[in-house]
Amino acid sequence: MADTTRPPRSARPRCGPDLSEQAQDRTLIIACGALAREIGSIIGRNGLSHLALRCLPATLHNTPEKIPEAVREAVRAARGNYGRVVVGYADCGTGGLLDKVCAEEGVERIPGPHCYAFYSGNRAFEAAGDDDMTSFYLTDFLVRQFDTLVIRSLGLDRHPELRDMYFGNYEKVIYLAQTQSAELDRAAELAAEKLGLAYERRQVGLGDLEQFITEVN
Amino acid sequence: MADEDDDVVLSELDDAELVQQMHDDLYDGLKEEIEEAVNILLERGWAPYDILTQALVEGMRIVGIDFRDGILFVPEVLLSANAMKAGMFILRPLLVETGAPKVGKMVIGTVKGDIHDIGKNLVGMMMEGAGFEVIDLGINNPVENYLDALEEHKPEILGMSALLTTTMPYMKVVVDTMKEKGIRDDYIVMVGGAPLNEEFAEAVGADAYCRDAAVTVETAKELIARRHNQLSSGN
Repeated sequence: MADTTRPPRSARPRCGPDLSEQAQDRTLIIACGALAREIGSIIGRNGLSHLALRCLPATLHNTPEKIPEAVREAVRAARGNYGRVVVGYADCGTGGLLDKVCAEEGVERIPGPHCYAFYSGNRAFEAAGDDDMTSFYLTDFLVRQFDTLVIRSLGLDRHPELRDMYFGNYEKVIYLAQTQSAELDRAAELAAEKLGLAYERRQVGLGDLEQFITEVN
Repeated sequence: MADEDDDVVLSELDDAELVQQMHDDLYDGLKEEIEEAVNILLERGWAPYDILTQALVEGMRIVGIDFRDGILFVPEVLLSANAMKAGMFILRPLLVETGAPKVGKMVIGTVKGDIHDIGKNLVGMMMEGAGFEVIDLGINNPVENYLDALEEHKPEILGMSALLTTTMPYMKVVVDTMKEKGIRDDYIVMVGGAPLNEEFAEAVGADAYCRDAAVTVETAKELIARRHNQLSSGN
């Protein structure tokens, strides 16, 4: 997971604010580590050299109440070095507290309640309503990190008997695929098996994330 | 973990030692040991209510404190809850028979569109352990389910739970409907769930936000007592 936690060179702390014209022309995206690869690929593919990326650990999702202040701290640390800062998080289970921090700090975040929604397209996700209520979502990142972030963090490696307490109300795993990868597809299907759930794959790509990043100036 | 030679024989412990051992076993999520210990105490003539409060609820209270302090995590708490559930399964019919004191009644359920119930189940169990009668509506409850249950069971407390940012606003739908029907003030409304906070609870018109099961029990007792005081003073 090194690539998701280590900030790119451009985003590493400097000794003091970089007030040069070049720095002030740049925008820093402070994002969830679970989006590092995807945002990085959007920046690279589109030649968005005015954008820099700094990721916070994806494991913050295990304690979402800590996300708003972690973001605030990162925004304040970046402020002197970048002309603009935007936040690469959805609400992510913060119950509106991240929006409050964004408003207080004067920064914008990716619209949507969580990454499953913006990858699916927020409108489409909302329109689906309760239809997918009993679905457990995986993304490329979560498929890659499934054993670490799901199995181990929920203690299912040590106590498999807890599986139905966590997942008993779910019916299927929906893998919202960002890329075409037979390897990830197999891993996602295996993840569904481990949870005792049916499996469905949906190719959604990057959804609303791509537009959000490419429109950041 | 102790060696086999060091294994504790529960039946050889005196009452105080056994209750202490039950706290430890609950902490470690040892379901069979809790079942055995409950049966031993019953054979020794303990009242079911005393076993519930002194052994199980007190044990879970310690688990709750360590969870809040970040010493225990969700998997461990679930194992403890399973152990407590097993103990309560034995005690529940006996509590009914012996007429254990009832503190109040609560209707609880996860809101519409949400299927998450781990927190709700923990709350229900701790409330029951604290002497509340708990009517659990399960998951994915539209407003009608809550209203029907309030009418049928006449509880003092309505509890709503949500895990998702997308489903938690439904709590306001329920509270607003209660207002429209003129029954909002007949009940104490308590809300909880991972993405919630005090501010949200206030915004939806709930009486309290409860961040965990232990806080729920304390808050429920306090609000019930306050309500009784208000009623007895005629306010």
